[in-house]
Amino acid sequence: MKVHRAVRMERCIGCHCCSLACARLVYKSVSWNTAGIRIKSSGGLTSGFQAQLCVACDPAPCAAACPTGAISQRKSGGGVLLKRAICIQCGQCAAACPVDAIALDQDTNPYVCIHCGQCVSFCPHDCLALLDAETRPAPCTEGCHVPE
Amino acid sequence: MFQNNPDTFRVLVYDLAAAKGDIQMLPGRSVWCGGSGLAAMLFAKYGDVAAPAFDPRQPLIFAIGPLNGYFPLMSKTVCGFKSPYNENYAESHAGGRSSLALRFAGLDALVLVGRADAPSCLVVGSRQLRLVDVHYLWGADVATTGKLLRKVVPGNSGHRSILRIGPAGENLSSYACINADTFRHFGRLGSGAVMGAKNLKGIVIHGDGDMRLPEDKNYPKLYKAIHEQMTATEMMEKYHNLGTPVNALPLNEIKSLPWRNMTATADPDVAKCSGEAFADKVLMRNAACSGCPVGCIHVGMLREQFSDQHRFAIHQVSYDHEPNFAVGTMLGVVDPASILSLIDMSDRQGLDVISAGVALAWATEAFQKGLVTQEQTLVPLAFGDLEAYRKAMWHIGHKSNDFYGALGKGTLEAAKSYGGEDFACVIGQEMAGYATGETYFVSQTVGFRHSHLDTSGYSYDQKHAEKDVEKTVKFLLDDETERVMLTNMVACLFARGVYKPERVAEALDCLGYKELAQGLMPASEGVRRERWRLKIATGFDPMATKIPKRFSEITTWKGPVDAEYMEALRKGYAASIAEFGGEKATTS
Repeated sequence: MKVHRAVRMERCIGCHCCSLACARLVYKSVSWNTAGIRIKSSGGLTSGFQAQLCVACDPAPCAAACPTGAISQRKSGGGVLLKRAICIQCGQCAAACPVDAIALDQDTNPYVCIHCGQCVSFCPHDCLALLDAETRPAPCTEGCHVPE
Repeated sequence: MFQNNPDTFRVLVYDLAAAKGDIQMLPGRSVWCGGSGLAAMLFAKYGDVAAPAFDPRQPLIFAIGPLNGYFPLMSKTVCGFKSPYNENYAESHAGGRSSLALRFAGLDALVLVGRADAPSCLVVGSRQLRLVDVHYLWGADVATTGKLLRKVVPGNSGHRSILRIGPAGENLSSYACINADTFRHFGRLGSGAVMGAKNLKGIVIHGDGDMRLPEDKNYPKLYKAIHEQMTATEMMEKYHNLGTPVNALPLNEIKSLPWRNMTATADPDVAKCSGEAFADKVLMRNAACSGCPVGCIHVGMLREQFSDQHRFAIHQVSYDHEPNFAVGTMLGVVDPASILSLIDMSDRQGLDVISAGVALAWATEAFQKGLVTQEQTLVPLAFGDLEAYRKAMWHIGHKSNDFYGALGKGTLEAAKSYGGEDFACVIGQEMAGYATGETYFVSQTVGFRHSHLDTSGYSYDQKHAEKDVEKTVKFLLDDETERVMLTNMVACLFARGVYKPERVAEALDCLGYKELAQGLMPASEGVRRERWRLKIATGFDPMATKIPKRFSEITTWKGPVDAEYMEALRKGYAASIAEFGGEKATTS
């Protein structure tokens, strides 16, 4: 099992290629928002960028909050699975997320990282990585990850 | 969720006086394409060729193309307006986030007409539209305006675009720019003053909607192929590595870098302000326009000591070849930190840094020659004097006296009052940083945007020493059509090596624009002609253009500039352009 981490966000240039890739390849749209990873600035471009991304909680509060099982805990490695067909668009998952990683569209459909890693190769600065969940990598950046 | 429409444009026309918007579905996609073509079509529909630039009825147009948001480096927006600099129909282009923000707000274009009752900020989104009174921001510089607008209009951080003006736009300087997302600009020809005349301090565009994925199953594959072409090849290395300032050393080497109001075209001091020197001394990070993995925006750190007790202020300033030339070599300022300081001051005023720097270079020579006095310049201007230039830049932005009022109208306007037209480095507008020779000087003088981006004349000069009017005019005319095709889409022109007509047609076809894909180049030619028709209808006479004497007083790698050949080339190119004025656009 893999887990997706935004490990080198200090390098991010705000190109949104990851969000656009997730929207395009996972959620079948063209968007900044309807994506499992979203890039935010915090007070303008001079302040750098943050990735809004699932941190792979285990147990996951969003799964616990989901009344239908549309969002359920992955078998291992933290993080969740999303079954769009049984989602009732209540938005409870987004409210339960401690790091605001779940986006809701205008119809309250949820968008969350499913740790598939399809966005990773679109990052031009190697900010993102798909890591082995068994090593329980911490959801922190640069300083915790020694270059291989 | 929005869906791209192969036939119609979705355009928001907002009347600032009435504080009401109107969403229009306008036909003509396969004729006007988008971007440049859409802006021209909208100006023809909403503008008045005879009314002045500051007439409240004149539209300020922001237009994107069919590929923006859908493919890499399709990341720019075209601003169409009547220029207060020359009273002609004009375009200015910017990167940043406005292109994708408009796309995700579900708009192909935003058209602003009328004048707001009070200084205002327009807020646009997929499900919101309001005009906010921000009278308290009037007078604020561009940086402060950005900071406060983020509080006044919260939400969608990172997924919005904030366009704003500074004091120069409020004071109607003819070369006030519109700042786009801090590090980019609708830089040239005074769109910022048009915003100022409309009492519009800012525009916040929330990209809070989304687009349906194109049905063509090849779309993700084509996206990936283009993305890989942009990132995996050497094609973008120049922009990715040192950025455009990499030009300084080679231009200086071939005697094509303007120094001190272009009294010289080379100087050994170039080593101090080269792209390499900037990277070593001040580069702190890069940034990107949304949708671009190249990330050519180079952000320098300006560490300003404001107390002898080791207290510092930090500014982040984006730099490029053009600003570096305009407030660097052109003013005899060579220290990268000093150049950043002047770019920063220009940015805060909301000035086009190219015009502001070149105007101050003229003012310095005029001051040296005694044409203007310190009573007029307020500070003694001297090449290399950072502090004097910082103050003078502020005075242009704030229109401090008659002299700075005239200088803020353009270098030639000031020269008409004070003398010194011969050494005004103005070819259509203040020159960009290429003293490469006759082709470039003619290209900027006659060219549609009076920009170094109208054609690659500066590159042609570096490869061709022969003096062949017919061949060079043909090159200028041919080069323009392909660039118009790109600005219709609206691609970053750095991607022109990847987005050849066949590739663009393939991308359009993939998104369902079948008719446009098949007729891409004829449509681009039609747009080229319509842009010229509008520029000429608004008063531009290509035959009446002039190239000041300074441009024939220099020496490049080809030897002394040949004034006679340059004049023949100007007349040849101008005659070809003048023919467009009498024609209706071929496709209308």
